[in-house]
Amino acid sequence: MSAVSEAHVAEHSHDHSHSHEESFVSKYVFSQDHKMISKQFLITAVFMGIIAMALSIFFRLQLAWPGESFGILNYFLGDRWAPDGILDRNMYLSLVTIHGTIMVFFVLTGGLSGTFSNLLIPLQIGARDMASGFLNMLSYWFFLVSSVIMVSSLFIETGAAGGGWTVYPPLSALPQAMPGSGLGMTLWLISMSLFIVSSLLGGLNYIVTILNLRTKGMKMTRLPLTIWAFFITAVLGVLSFPVLFAAALLLIMDRSMGTSFYLSDIYVAGEALDPVGGSPILYQHLFWFLGHPEVYIVLLPALGISSEVIATNSRKPIFGYRAMIGSILAIGFLSFIVWGHHMFVTGMNPFLGSVFVFTTLLIAIPSAVKAFNYITTLWKGNLKFTPGMLFSIGLVSTFVTGGLTGIILADSALDINVHDTYFVVAHFHVVMGLSAIFGMFAGIYHWFPKMFGRMMNMKLGYVHFWLTIVGGYGVFVPMHFVGMAGAPRRYYQYTDYPMFEGLLNLNVLITIFAIGAALAQAIFLWNFFWSIFKGQKSVQNPWKSNTLEWTILNAAVGYL
Amino acid sequence: MDKLILVLIIVLLVISVAQIAKMYQITGDLSKKREEDVSPTANKINANLLLLFMIGLFVAMIWQMIAFKDVLLPVAASEHGVLTDRLFNINWLILIPAFFIVNFLLFFFAWKYRYDKNRKALYLAHNNTLEMVWTIIPSIVLVFIIIYGLLTWNNIMDDPADDALYVELYSKQFDWTARYAGNDDVMGEANFSLISTQNPLGLITEETVKAKIDELNDEIAKLEKKLEEEIMPESKVKDTKDRIGMRTRQRARVINYLDSGINFSGALDDQVIRGEFHIPVGREVNFQIRSRDVIHSAYMPHFRAQMNAVPGMITQFKFVPTITTDSMRTVLGDEEFNYVLLCNKVCGSAHYNMQMDIIVDSPTDYQKWIDEQGTFAASIGIEIENSVADEEEVDDSEVEKDSKVAQTIK
Repeated sequence: MSAVSEAHVAEHSHDHSHSHEESFVSKYVFSQDHKMISKQFLITAVFMGIIAMALSIFFRLQLAWPGESFGILNYFLGDRWAPDGILDRNMYLSLVTIHGTIMVFFVLTGGLSGTFSNLLIPLQIGARDMASGFLNMLSYWFFLVSSVIMVSSLFIETGAAGGGWTVYPPLSALPQAMPGSGLGMTLWLISMSLFIVSSLLGGLNYIVTILNLRTKGMKMTRLPLTIWAFFITAVLGVLSFPVLFAAALLLIMDRSMGTSFYLSDIYVAGEALDPVGGSPILYQHLFWFLGHPEVYIVLLPALGISSEVIATNSRKPIFGYRAMIGSILAIGFLSFIVWGHHMFVTGMNPFLGSVFVFTTLLIAIPSAVKAFNYITTLWKGNLKFTPGMLFSIGLVSTFVTGGLTGIILADSALDINVHDTYFVVAHFHVVMGLSAIFGMFAGIYHWFPKMFGRMMNMKLGYVHFWLTIVGGYGVFVPMHFVGMAGAPRRYYQYTDYPMFEGLLNLNVLITIFAIGAALAQAIFLWNFFWSIFKGQKSVQNPWKSNTLEWTILNAAVGYL
Repeated sequence: MDKLILVLIIVLLVISVAQIAKMYQITGDLSKKREEDVSPTANKINANLLLLFMIGLFVAMIWQMIAFKDVLLPVAASEHGVLTDRLFNINWLILIPAFFIVNFLLFFFAWKYRYDKNRKALYLAHNNTLEMVWTIIPSIVLVFIIIYGLLTWNNIMDDPADDALYVELYSKQFDWTARYAGNDDVMGEANFSLISTQNPLGLITEETVKAKIDELNDEIAKLEKKLEEEIMPESKVKDTKDRIGMRTRQRARVINYLDSGINFSGALDDQVIRGEFHIPVGREVNFQIRSRDVIHSAYMPHFRAQMNAVPGMITQFKFVPTITTDSMRTVLGDEEFNYVLLCNKVCGSAHYNMQMDIIVDSPTDYQKWIDEQGTFAASIGIEIENSVADEEEVDDSEVEKDSKVAQTIK
C-alpha cells in the first residue's frame, strides 16, 4: 500500500512525465494501478465474450438445422463432440451451460463491474487510487484464474458442466446422471468459487473507496450516478455472493464427501443411493438468493453508465438525480426479497408464492421511474449521437421492453405456463444480453479515450451499433413467440414433437439474426484493438463532460 | 459441399468487413477530422435512423403478432387455463401499449432534439410533480395486475376437490410413468429403496418388500464372497466395501417396512401405465408428481399446467380438462393431434425427448379404458382376489379417506 502511494508521489513529482521507472511486470502484469487493472478486466472480458458468443452460435446452428452436419462444428469441437459435424447432445447442454455462465458472471459481472468500477471510482470521486491496490490486483488475478479454469473445462474428456448455468442438484451432484456432472462440474465449482473470491475482493474495495476516499466536497449526494450504481452493485455483491459460495460449498460436500444437504431418495444408474432427508429445493433458495440480486449486479452498472453518457450527450444534467438514487436504492433492497419468483413451480407454498409476486412486481415502480427519467433527460436536450449515446438509448429501449415481459413472468399464475420456456430466455436476454451489454458498449465507447488516450473510430461505432440493435431485437423478439408456443428451453431439438413443427422457421430466423449480430461484433473488435494502438490521439475532454475524470490529462500523458 | 460454401461465405464476410473497416480508418486519418466532432450530417443521419428503427421495430412487432399467431398454443384445454389466458391477454393489453408509448417517446425525443447549434438545451434538473405522476400511475396499474394475478393464482392453487381423480406422474431419466389408484381408490405408498426392474416405481407391498430383502441379501452375500475370494487392487476393495455398506443400509430401510404397520394392500390394485395415459373430461384430476433421480418438470402446455418433480418430495397440481382429444382434433383440423406431457427441467442428455401422450376421453370411454388396464399385483404375478376381498370387508370409507389424506400430506 505505502509502496503504491510512494510510487505515485514519485510519479507526481516528476511532473507527469514518463521518467518514473516501473518494470514491465509491475506495470502490465501484477499491476496495482486501478487503471491498468480496469484494462486487464476489460480485455479479459472481451475475450471471454468472444468465446461465449461463439458457443451460442454453435448451439444456435443445431437449433435452426437440427441434426445437420456443419464443418465448423467439427472443426471447433472435434470428432468427440461433433462427429461428422453433428453436435453431440451432451455437448449441446455443456455449450448452453458455459455460454450462460461466462456471459452472466465473467462478462457482465467481472467484465462490467471490474472494468468500470475500477476505472471510474477513483477518477470520479477524486481519489488517487483504490483503497487497496493489492486487493485490487488479487481481485483481477482470481478473476483470470477462474476464467481460465472455466474455459479449460470445455476441453476435458467428459465435457464441461451441462446442467444449465444454475447447476441444480441432484443433476449436478450425480456424475452418474450425466457426463457433464463429473470433472466438468468440479471445475465449474472451483472456477466459480475463485470467481466469488475475486468479486468479493473487488466489491469490498469499491465500497471502502467510495465511503472513505472521496475528495473534499464530494458528498454522497454529489456523486455521479455511475458511482452510486457501482456502490450499490458492490453492496449487493458483497451481501449475496457469500450465499452462493455457501451453496457451492455444500454442493461440493454432497458430491465428494457423502453428505446429503441437497439429496434425498435417489435411485440412479441402477442403484439406490444412501442420502435421505436432504432437499434439492434448498439449493435453489440459496442459489437464487444470489441469483436474483445478480441480475441487478449486472444491470445497475449499465444503468449508471448510461445515466452519465445520456446526460453528457444531451448537454443537460440527468433529470431527477435524487429520484435516480432513490430508485437504485429501492431496486437494490427489493432485489433481495424476490428470489422466490424463480421457483413458483417447485411445489413451494402458494401463499409464499403470493408474497414473492407482490415484492417482485414492486420492482417495476423504481424501474419505471428510471426509464421515464432517462426520457425526460432527452426532452429538450441538444443531443449528440456518439456511439456511446446511441448504445445508451438502445439500453433504455431494451430495458423497457425486457422489463415489461418481466411483469408477465413475475405473475405466478402466468409463470406456470411460461416458466422455463423460451419466453424466459427471451426476457432475460433482452435485459441482460441486450440492455446490460449495451451499457457495457456505451461505457467502452465513452471512456475509451480516458483508458487508452486514443479515440475509437466513430463511423465504425455507428455501424456496430445499428447492426447490433437490429440483430439483437431480431434474435430476441421472435424468441418470445417460441416461448408462448410452449417450447421448453435447453432442448437439443424440437423435431420429436408435432406441436413444435411450426417453430422451425422461427428458429432459422433467430439463428440468422444471431449470426449477423455476432459478425457485427467483428467490427467492434477491429475498432477496439486497432484504436488501442493506432487510434487518433484524444484530447483531454472529448465529450465536453463535467465529471472529474475529464479534468485530468490523458493516458498518453503520464499521470494516467 | 453446402457447408463448405457456408463456411467460405462466413470467412469472406469477415474479411470484407475487416477491409471496409480498414478503409474507413484510413479515410478518417486522411481527412484530419477529429473523431469526437459529430458532424451535423452524421448526427442527422443517426437521428433519422433512430426514428426509422422505431417504425421498423413497431411494424415488425405487429407483423410478428399476426404472422406467428398460428404457432402459438391453441385454446386452453382446462378450466383454469381459460382464466390463465384471460389474465395473459389483459396483461398484454396493458403492457403492449406501454411498450409502444415508452419506446415512441424515447425514439421520438431522440430524433426531435438532435443537435442544433442554434439551440440551447433546457436546464431541467427535476420536477416533483412529474416524478410523482410516473411513480403513482405505474403503482396503480401494478396494484391491479397484482390483485388480478393473485386471485387467479389462488384459484389455480386451491385445494383439490373431494371427488378428484388422483393420478401419479412418476419421472425418471428419460420417461414418464402414470399410476392410478385402482378399485380401492388408495394410491399405495412407495419408496426408492424398493425400486427394481419388476417394481420400477418402488411400490410397497408385502411381496415387493420380501423380494427386495432377498435380492439385497443375495447381493450382499455375493459382494462379501467376492471380497474374500478375489484378489483386487486396494481401490476396488474399498469400492466393494462401500457397496456392501450401501446395500446393508438399504436393507435396513426396507426391513423397517415389515412391521411398520403400513397398508400393504394399497398398492396391489394400482395400475401402472406407460406409453400414454387417459383422463376423463370434466372431472378434476389431481396429479401427484414424483421423481426418482433428478429434478424433472411435468409440463402440460395445452392445459397451462406445470409442476416440478423433485426427488424426495411429492408435489401436486390439479386441473379440470375441458376438451377431449377428439374435439381438439376437430377444432385444430389435425387428426394426429395429441396432448402431450413434456419434461421442462433440464435432466440430462435425452431431456429433449422425455414425453408422454395424454388422451382426454369422455367419462364412458375413460371408464372403459381404465377397466382394461392390468393391476400392479398382476404384473408381479400375485392373485389379487384375496386382497380385494379384504379391502371390501374393511370397506369403511372413513379409513380409506384417512389413508388418502395421509398420502396427500406425505
